[in-house]
Amino acid sequence: MKNETQEFKWVGKRPIRPDGVDKVTGRAKFGADMHLPGMLIGRVLRSPHAHARIRSIDTTKAASLPGVKAVVTGSDFPPPPPPVWQAAGEVPVNFRDLARNVMARDKALYDGHAVAAVAATSAAIAEEAIDLIEVDYEVLPHVIDVKAAMKPDAPLLHDDLFTDGVSPKPDKPSNIAKRMEFAVGDIEAGFSKADVVIEREFTTKPVHQGYIEPHACVVDSSEDGRLFIHCSSQGQFMVRQFCARVLDVEISKVTVVPAEIGGGFGGKTTVYLEPTAGLLSRITGRPVKMVMSRTEVFRASGPTSGGATKIKIGATKDGTITAAQATLAYQAGAFPGSPIGPGCMCAFAPYNIQNVNVVGHDVVVNRPKVAAYRAPGAPISEFGVECVIDEIAEKLSIDPIALREKNAARQGTKAYYGPTFGPIGFVETLEAAKQHPHYSAPLGENQGRGVASGFWFNIGGDSSASVHINEDGTATVIEGNPDIGGSRASLAQMAAEVLGIDYDKIRITVADTSSVGYNFLTGGSRVTFASGKAVIEAANGAISELCARAAKLWEIDADAVEWVDGEARPAGDNAGDFEPMPLSTIAGASGKTGGPISGHASLNVKGAGPGFGTHICDVEVDQETGRVSVIRYTAVQDVGRAIHPGYVEGQLQGGVAQGVGWALNEEYIYDKDGRLDNPGFLDYRVPVASDLPMIDTVLVEVPNPNHPYGVRGVGEVPIIPPMAAVANAISDALGVRLKDLPMSPPKVLASLSNGGSRTPS
Amino acid sequence: MDYKAPNSIDEAVKLLAEAKGAARVLAGGTDLLVQIRAGLAKPPLVVDVKNIPELRKISTDSDGIHIGAAVSGAELGEHDEVKAAWPGVVEATELIGSTQIQGRASLGGNLCNASPAADTVPALVAAGAICIIAGPDGQREAAVEHVATGPGQTTLKNGEFVTEFRLPKKLPRSADAYLRFIPRTEMDIAVVGAGVYLTLDEKGVCQQARVALGAVAPTVLLVGDGSKAIVGSSLDDAALDRLKAAASAACNPIDDKRGTVEFRVSVAGVLAKRAALIAKQRAEVN
Ligand SMILES: Cc1cc2nc3c(=O)[nH]c(=O)nc-3n(C[C@H](O)[C@H](O)[C@H](O)COP(=O)(O)OP(=O)(O)OC[C@H]3O[C@@H](n4cnc5c(N)ncnc54)[C@H](O)[C@@H]3O)c2cc1C
Repeated sequence: MKNETQEFKWVGKRPIRPDGVDKVTGRAKFGADMHLPGMLIGRVLRSPHAHARIRSIDTTKAASLPGVKAVVTGSDFPPPPPPVWQAAGEVPVNFRDLARNVMARDKALYDGHAVAAVAATSAAIAEEAIDLIEVDYEVLPHVIDVKAAMKPDAPLLHDDLFTDGVSPKPDKPSNIAKRMEFAVGDIEAGFSKADVVIEREFTTKPVHQGYIEPHACVVDSSEDGRLFIHCSSQGQFMVRQFCARVLDVEISKVTVVPAEIGGGFGGKTTVYLEPTAGLLSRITGRPVKMVMSRTEVFRASGPTSGGATKIKIGATKDGTITAAQATLAYQAGAFPGSPIGPGCMCAFAPYNIQNVNVVGHDVVVNRPKVAAYRAPGAPISEFGVECVIDEIAEKLSIDPIALREKNAARQGTKAYYGPTFGPIGFVETLEAAKQHPHYSAPLGENQGRGVASGFWFNIGGDSSASVHINEDGTATVIEGNPDIGGSRASLAQMAAEVLGIDYDKIRITVADTSSVGYNFLTGGSRVTFASGKAVIEAANGAISELCARAAKLWEIDADAVEWVDGEARPAGDNAGDFEPMPLSTIAGASGKTGGPISGHASLNVKGAGPGFGTHICDVEVDQETGRVSVIRYTAVQDVGRAIHPGYVEGQLQGGVAQGVGWALNEEYIYDKDGRLDNPGFLDYRVPVASDLPMIDTVLVEVPNPNHPYGVRGVGEVPIIPPMAAVANAISDALGVRLKDLPMSPPKVLASLSNGGSRTPS
Repeated sequence: MDYKAPNSIDEAVKLLAEAKGAARVLAGGTDLLVQIRAGLAKPPLVVDVKNIPELRKISTDSDGIHIGAAVSGAELGEHDEVKAAWPGVVEATELIGSTQIQGRASLGGNLCNASPAADTVPALVAAGAICIIAGPDGQREAAVEHVATGPGQTTLKNGEFVTEFRLPKKLPRSADAYLRFIPRTEMDIAVVGAGVYLTLDEKGVCQQARVALGAVAPTVLLVGDGSKAIVGSSLDDAALDRLKAAASAACNPIDDKRGTVEFRVSVAGVLAKRAALIAKQRAEVN
């Protein structure tokens, strides 16, 4: 399966990442590492109520505390922009809601919603001042659960929210922000052809991305209205645009310097603190630093949705799926905009099914507004689908991989959500999983094995990059995507490959918003694909110039020079007889041949290659305590081409680790008043290293024809299969099918005493 | 906030007794500093007891083993004599936190923080440990199970603090064991903890037993019916089932984010049984 047709010098190798030394020595500067002279510290006052009208806020005591330089509330911000939806990564945004999420206006909509902020000369004073702000709340009934929020008599979050996507247009407001439907074929006819039809309901809990670095920024506003922002995010251009909109300034007046980022996973594709810090800085004329505590990260930044799903699949005896139906409801948090769209589109996308019907609902509840999280929406719907497929395989006594193979989407399959797939590697992942020694290894007592697959689109989008040839023959690559998963290394490898110089002759920089052309954020598994294309094109631009300079020195036509292995060569015999001229020589002579040599690209990159993965998971269950241990795990994925296999494997392993947490222990626990009861890593249980076995990876490479090296996005697919793989493994071990996440020990134990349990086969 | 680090027990007692407001003892600080940083504790005075030699010492004499109240988990875990005599107490101590936490966390802090889920407390109670308490009126002794009275509450009076733990002299064919249940493998708080100590006669019949449970009631429980269930037996299945039932029956837990009542009751029985089996195996070979 590996593409062996071309041999590369740098692509496919595992060099050390350019940011590695700074990160292991502590030299790297993350969001909270910036200090400016005269800097103030900002703190946020957050609502203790899940839902409350803000009658008034009295800031006089706080403002008169010595050391306090400014206190702001919602009314100090510019009026929110109109609620126009626009694409902003994988989850769309509207700036009215974004502004109201950054700082509550008339209502606090969740425990943790920002209602006021202060800037003071020290953190201690800022904290004291926060306690002195008096908010008069009228506590309102709240709703936390997605199904409860959909009921007609549920407490309403927004009285101007009318369900979109239904006709006639409703005359009563609702917490259901949107209904959407995807349908092909004749669903009833499809089910009537089936020999077995299985319908199950599932629930998933909101889960947090769990990045180790809390949100942090320093903002400095100048007297002439410019904003300098240093922060950790998944996109400096996103921060620039979002702050410009919320604070109503022109984009050219905002400069955002990207810090190193200590994890994002989608959670840093929006802003929380930056506009507030900007406003505080504007008022005080001093730089303002704001850093969230972990508690604030949990209470106020976006997890992904929890969901309630109903999945129905029918198949004939030979395993052909004849119809598939899903009804999905996703929590959006306090404002509309859950990833329900991708949830609907991904649900059955791995399969070629003639009759499909998917209905989705975007539902507001009194929780923090959701943010993107790896393959937003897909894990929630695909969890149920992959469990039902497993149950069908069991019912029909067909191997679960064979059942998937029989129905797998292939090149030419028209997906029910629209496109026709080009070259994709789903079948190849199934094949590799089946052949893997893990799949046939014997299991012990109380152990079980589960399989699940997953699909994600991946995206392209806007990317800019520059390549500068330095006078000593080294090169500087300027790009604009915060490096979350090793993208500096991958981009530098591609630049080295194209230029034909050594990887360590290239220095790559993630530039601020004033130093490189526009780049869409780091998300959607797009950077190695899309920004990689921009770097390749910029490098090719530099090569054209290098060839032209060699031509000048040789006094021949530029067309008569070609670039091979890092040197200019006469293209063919009649071009002339010249010794090849290495890059360093041309670079050294650039002053005499026309000045600096560089290449630039600004692209809208299309043609992202869809990603598929298939995972195998073994669990062991303690039948007396309900404790599930993952004892072996293999993740197989079509990665197009692994530019840096080590970092690709890391993406697969990280996604699995997060998926196992989602499956087994992670959940938001709210008390009866709608307050988050576990806003910390002690009781919000992400897996620790000793909870996981070594996660084996198999990289299948079916190249994406729309990229010079065949790159597909890889970062999101791996979080999709684990929940179902674990559930299917538990079912194999115990004979009980768990449908509610997380499958924590109390739930597993309860399911056993409710009639599950069997002596393992 | 004031910080003092006295060199003697008397000095510490004086500082604590004369402090205005609720002064706090600081041992490893792995509970106290977390509480201060979270704004849950705002003591006007913190008295660091780590400079008091008696609190940092482990010694053995004819009465048994003396462990200074501020000895760290790491120090205890490397002490061969204690490990051989009281493996259950040591394994409970070593469960606390991680390598970093182990360098600091103490038995005194674990007990006096008075969390019902403290890991060393059921093990110490099962072992029959007593603690020595210094105070303005001199020194007194108390059984470990009599120190905590509820979450965050102790019987320590103003000016008092724990200086030392005493583990009894180990008897032949005796051993202890401690097990806890957490959803993860480490860095978590016990949902249930169970400590068992027992002695066997030459035929393997249980002569004495102490069973203690953590995290299933406001304080650690010494389960009298648990020892009754196994004393006189050779820890056969019937006896173990009786122990399991007795442990479950003793529980008086709450439903919270860490576990339901039903779950805790059920798992308490399972852990008591498993800990008893481990203690039995250990007792048979020493
Ligand atoms: C990451 C992490 C993981 C943890 N994991 C666990 C775990 O797995 N199991 C567990 O049980 N605990 C755990 N803990 C809690 C804590 O580490 C233990 O309770 C530890 O034993 C406390 O000891 P210390 O010496 O650090 O106590 P300190 O924080 O110094 O003191 C704790 C309390 O006891 C008082 N105190 C201390 N010494 C004395 C004394 N000699 N006399 C009177 N009062 C005294 C203090 O005033 C304070 O109120 C964890 C803590 C952290 C931060």
